[in-house]
Amino acid sequence: MDQNSTHNGLFSSGAEGISRQVVLPMRKSLDISIRSLQVRFFRSLITVMSLVLAVAFLAFTLLGHDVAMGLLASGQPSLQSELVKAGFDLAPGRYPGSYEVAASAKDRWIVILSLLVCAVGIVNAQLMAVTERFREIGTMKCLGALDSFVLRLFLLEAGMQGLAGSFVGAILGGITGVLVGMLRFGGPALMYLRFEDVAASMGWSILVGFILSLVGVSYPALVASRMPPVVAMRAEE
Amino acid sequence: MSDKHNIVRVSGVTKSFELGKLTVQALKGVDLAIRSGEYLSIMGPSGSGKSTLFNMIGGLDKPTTGKVFIDEVDIAQLDAFELAWLRNRKIGYIFQTFNLIQVMTALENVTLPMTFAGVPEEDAAKKGLELLGLVGLRERHAHKPMELSGGQQQRVAIARSLANTPAIVLADEPTGNLDLTTGEEIIALLKSLSRDRGVTIISATHDYKMLNVSDRVVWIRDGRIDKIEERDQLKITLGGIGAKEY
Repeated sequence: MDQNSTHNGLFSSGAEGISRQVVLPMRKSLDISIRSLQVRFFRSLITVMSLVLAVAFLAFTLLGHDVAMGLLASGQPSLQSELVKAGFDLAPGRYPGSYEVAASAKDRWIVILSLLVCAVGIVNAQLMAVTERFREIGTMKCLGALDSFVLRLFLLEAGMQGLAGSFVGAILGGITGVLVGMLRFGGPALMYLRFEDVAASMGWSILVGFILSLVGVSYPALVASRMPPVVAMRAEE
Repeated sequence: MSDKHNIVRVSGVTKSFELGKLTVQALKGVDLAIRSGEYLSIMGPSGSGKSTLFNMIGGLDKPTTGKVFIDEVDIAQLDAFELAWLRNRKIGYIFQTFNLIQVMTALENVTLPMTFAGVPEEDAAKKGLELLGLVGLRERHAHKPMELSGGQQQRVAIARSLANTPAIVLADEPTGNLDLTTGEEIIALLKSLSRDRGVTIISATHDYKMLNVSDRVVWIRDGRIDKIEERDQLKITLGGIGAKEY
């Protein structure tokens, strides 16, 4: 750790043969966070649930859009008129004479709202998790953990929760989106669905979920890492 | 004893807490020197400022005025990194509620401070087993805290406090959550560690069993040091004090 150089050698009598450092290797941090998640499996499941739902909704909306775009791109007038009948707005596309399916403002707001609600849920759940772990955090600090260790543990846990939750959510939402499309338009919905679109939509959903999870945990993790050890020691069970 | 240097020196320390609009002075000017290698007990009723003084000595809290020196270093001058380093290497903590990390095995709990100190994993495991052997729990190294009794958990905590061979071990009510016999065993263990390894042991307690093993007892009352008794003085007055308090 580069702070070594800033240490002014106050404790010259101690630590023979061991370099002057306070470290927590990445592998060890990962190990600790995975085990914390395992121990609090049901708890983290609940935290992840809101993320799964929000990401599923996002993926559902995006995939529905992909299905519509595929049908539009098929160039078959019957399918296109069915699209319009189903309530999709066709807007002028990037190229003159081409059309694309416009995402309605309402859809967009509902998705954004659901993501916001989910973020608030994550902040709430993680703040509770921090409170629950006051003693553990304080103990670690008494053993010499730096603020950054605590921060890293929380971010790692949230990152893993975020990835897993978003992945499950994207798959659930994506499948539902395609199924609903098939229910509305039959086989062509799947036939004209382009793989790149699906991959991009899923990728976006997972990325958004992952970032949301990290953003949600950042404040609680900061609270946890800044907690002075003595406050942690006072915490009752 | 007097030729040994002072490992902890507390000079003119006061500490006040803000409780809403009320300012409570927990410590009203404390001077204390703790000699290297001694077994010191801080005694006092709850609310006497005992815990506050104890936290101060452990570098867990900073005084409002006055200075705390650990190994002649003013801890108020240390930054966050240096404080972490101090807690990691110089001080071992033992808590009333054991405070083992629940998700880790006994051995991992003991090796955690060594991991922070950058000790290679194999060396840490070797030393961890040695320390667990010292407290009589070598065979139970793979057990999680939940699978150990209170006394055993406290033994693991003692082993952990010794992980980086600290100069000072701070024990906050180490027997507070243990029954009489187990408490006596823990006290005997602490005493033997202090004797054999020359570790300075500072404990905050109101367990009278502690008096028998202490080299010195500091009595705190109402934010001040009431009296400091040496071991030989102590034996004479012990009955009197016990009778008075209980």
